[in-house]
Amino acid sequence: MSDYTLDSAEGRVEALRRMLTIRSFDETAGERFADGEIPGFVHLYVGEEAVGVGTCAALNDDDYIASTHRGHGHCIAKGLNPKYMMAELYGKADGYCNGKGGSMHIADVDAGMLGANGIVGAGPPMATGAALSIDYQGRDQVAVGFLGDGAVAQGQVHEAVNLASTWNLPAIFVIENNRYGEGTPVEQQHNVDNLSDTAAAHGIPGVTVDGMDVTAVAEAVEEARKRARAGDGPTMIEAETYRYRGHYEGDEQVYRDEDEVERWREQDPIASFKERLIDRGELTEAVFEEMQAEAQATIENALAYAKEADDPHPSEAYEDMFGDSVPEIERFAQQATARTDGGDH
Amino acid sequence: MAQAGIEQTETMTVREAIRQALREELDRDDDVYMMGEDIGDMGGVLAVTGDLIDEFGEERVRDTPISEAGFVGAATGAAATGTRPVVEIMFSDFMGVSMEQTMNQMAKMRYMFGGKTEMPVTIRTTEGGGMGAASQHSGTVHAWIAHFPGLKAVSPGTAESAKGLTKAAIRSDDPVFVFENKMIYERQGEVPTDPEFTVPIGEAAVEREGSDVTVLATQRLVGDSLDVAEDLAGGTSVEVIDARSLYPLDTDTIVESVEKTGRLVVADESPLSYGIHAEVATRAMENAFFSLDAPIQRVGTPDTHIPFSPTLEDEVLPDGDDVREAIGRIT
Repeated sequence: MSDYTLDSAEGRVEALRRMLTIRSFDETAGERFADGEIPGFVHLYVGEEAVGVGTCAALNDDDYIASTHRGHGHCIAKGLNPKYMMAELYGKADGYCNGKGGSMHIADVDAGMLGANGIVGAGPPMATGAALSIDYQGRDQVAVGFLGDGAVAQGQVHEAVNLASTWNLPAIFVIENNRYGEGTPVEQQHNVDNLSDTAAAHGIPGVTVDGMDVTAVAEAVEEARKRARAGDGPTMIEAETYRYRGHYEGDEQVYRDEDEVERWREQDPIASFKERLIDRGELTEAVFEEMQAEAQATIENALAYAKEADDPHPSEAYEDMFGDSVPEIERFAQQATARTDGGDH
Repeated sequence: MAQAGIEQTETMTVREAIRQALREELDRDDDVYMMGEDIGDMGGVLAVTGDLIDEFGEERVRDTPISEAGFVGAATGAAATGTRPVVEIMFSDFMGVSMEQTMNQMAKMRYMFGGKTEMPVTIRTTEGGGMGAASQHSGTVHAWIAHFPGLKAVSPGTAESAKGLTKAAIRSDDPVFVFENKMIYERQGEVPTDPEFTVPIGEAAVEREGSDVTVLATQRLVGDSLDVAEDLAGGTSVEVIDARSLYPLDTDTIVESVEKTGRLVVADESPLSYGIHAEVATRAMENAFFSLDAPIQRVGTPDTHIPFSPTLEDEVLPDGDDVREAIGRIT
C-alpha cells in the first residue's frame, strides 16, 4: 500500500498535503531559477499536482513510476525527500543524483522512481521494461509510465504500449494532457478527439479523466492497477490538466493569453479538493492554513539545506560511468584527484 | 590462444560458440532471458539462437514485435529493475531505430542517477558485408557504440573469443554490445568447455606472435590477417592481435606489440574516417611514438555504403589482400 490512499479521511488530507508540498517546491524553484541560483532548465508542475498525487495514491510503495521532464511533482507524490531534490537542483553532492542529473533527471530507483527524463516519450518504454521485470519474476507490482500530450506523437510511446499490451504486462500509461506540447496546442499535434483513443490501436482500454480532480485520477489508476494485477494487461489513462507556468521557466508563452490561464485556475486542483474536504468535515480552514505553512516551511528548509550543501568534488565527474572503472576514464579521475590534492575532500 | 589454466577445449564454429555461451548463461542465472525478432521457433535469422527455445521456453527466449525502439527501451527499463535481458538486434543497421533508447537512456542512466542503478543489458547484433545483403543489412557500425560514453563494445574474431566475450557481456552489470560479424559464423576454432570460462572485457589477444609488423584486427579480418601472416612467414614476421574489446580498448597490449615491431596496421571493416582505425592509431602514437618506424596503415571500408552487386561489394570490402598490401607498404 501507498502511505496515503484516498479511501480514508487521513489519506485524503495527506494527498492534499503532498499537492501543497509540490506547489510550494515548484513555486520556490521557479523563484530561485529566476534569481539565477539554479543552473540549467526547470519545468514546473504547478497546476498539475492532482495527476501525480492521484496516481501515486493508488499505487503501492514498491510500484514503479517513470517520469517526464516535468518530474518534481511525481517525485514528491512518490515520497521522495524535497531536501535531496532541491540539493539536486542546486547541483550538490548529496542531491538524489549526486549533482549529476539536475531537475530533469531526479531518480531514486530503490523508491520506485525510475527517473525524470529529458526525452519526450522516454517514460513508457522504461515502464514497459519495469513491468517486464515484474512479470518475469512474478512480483506483485505495477509500473506507471507518465507522458505528456506531446509525447503521444512519439513512435517509441506506441512501440512501448504495443509491447506491453502484446506481452500482457502490468503497466499503466498516464498521459498528462496539459493542452500544450511545448509551445504548440494539442489540437495542432494530434487528430483524435481524446488522446486516450489511441489505446484502441493497441487493444487496451483508454479512459479520459478530469486531471484537476485528484480522486478521479486515483480511481482510474486504482482500476488500472487492479486490471494489471489480475493479469489483464495495461491501461491508458488521459488526465486533462493544465500547467499554469510556461513549458520551461523563462518561456514567454506567446501561444496563450492570461485569460485562459485564469479560467483553468478557477478549477485549481488544490483549492477544489480543499473545499471538498471542508464540506465533508475532514478539514477546517485553520488546519488548511497550518498545512500550507508547513509545506512552505518544508521547502524553505530544503532550500536552506541545498544552499549550504557541499558541491561535488571535481573528480566525481569521472565516477559512475560503469560498474567498474575503465582506463580511458580512470586517468582523468587520477589527474583530477592529483590537481586537488591537499583540498578538503 | 587459450587462457592460462584452461585445458579442455572443443572444436566448434563461432555460431555454436555463441549459442553455447547463451545456453550456459541461461542455465547459470534465472534472471537472464533473451528477446529479439524471430529468435524463438525460427532460431534467429542467421540461426544463432537455434533451438534454445526448446530448452528454455518462450518466457526466456522471447520473440518480439518488429519494434527495436520498443524492445531496446523495455530491455533498458528491465535491466534497471532487477532482470538481465539479452537482446538480439537482427542486423546492426537496425540500431538506428533504437538509438534514442541506447544513447539517452541505457548509456546515461547509471551516470545521470549518480550510480544508483545498474544496467546489466547485453545487445547482440550482426555486422558486415559479404553476403550480397546490400547497404541496409551489411553495415559495420560498432564505432558508433565504441564512441558513445557509457556503453561497452566487443567484437570477437574467433570462436573462443565469441564464447568468452558473450558470457562476459551477460555477466557484466554494464550495457555491453556484442558485434558478431555475419561472415565468420562458420569459422571454426578451439573453444574452452569450462562453463566458468569468460574473456575479460578490455583485453586483446595476441593470436600470432611476430617481430616485423603488428596487425591489430577485428572480427573477420582477424582470420584473414592470420592467413596472411602464415603466407608471409619466412619473409615477414607478422604479429596478429584480435582487439576483442573495442571499448574499453586494451592499449597496453597494442603498445607492447608496437614497441616490439615498430610497425602497425589497423584492420577493421568500419568506414575509414573518424573511427576505430583513428583511435588505435592515436593510442599507438600517444604511447609508442618513438618506437614507430613507419606510418601507421589503415585497412577498412573506404567511406562508402556496402553495395549489392558482388563485383561492387568485393571492391569496397577490406580483406586479406588489403592487409597484405598494407604490410607491404611499410615492410
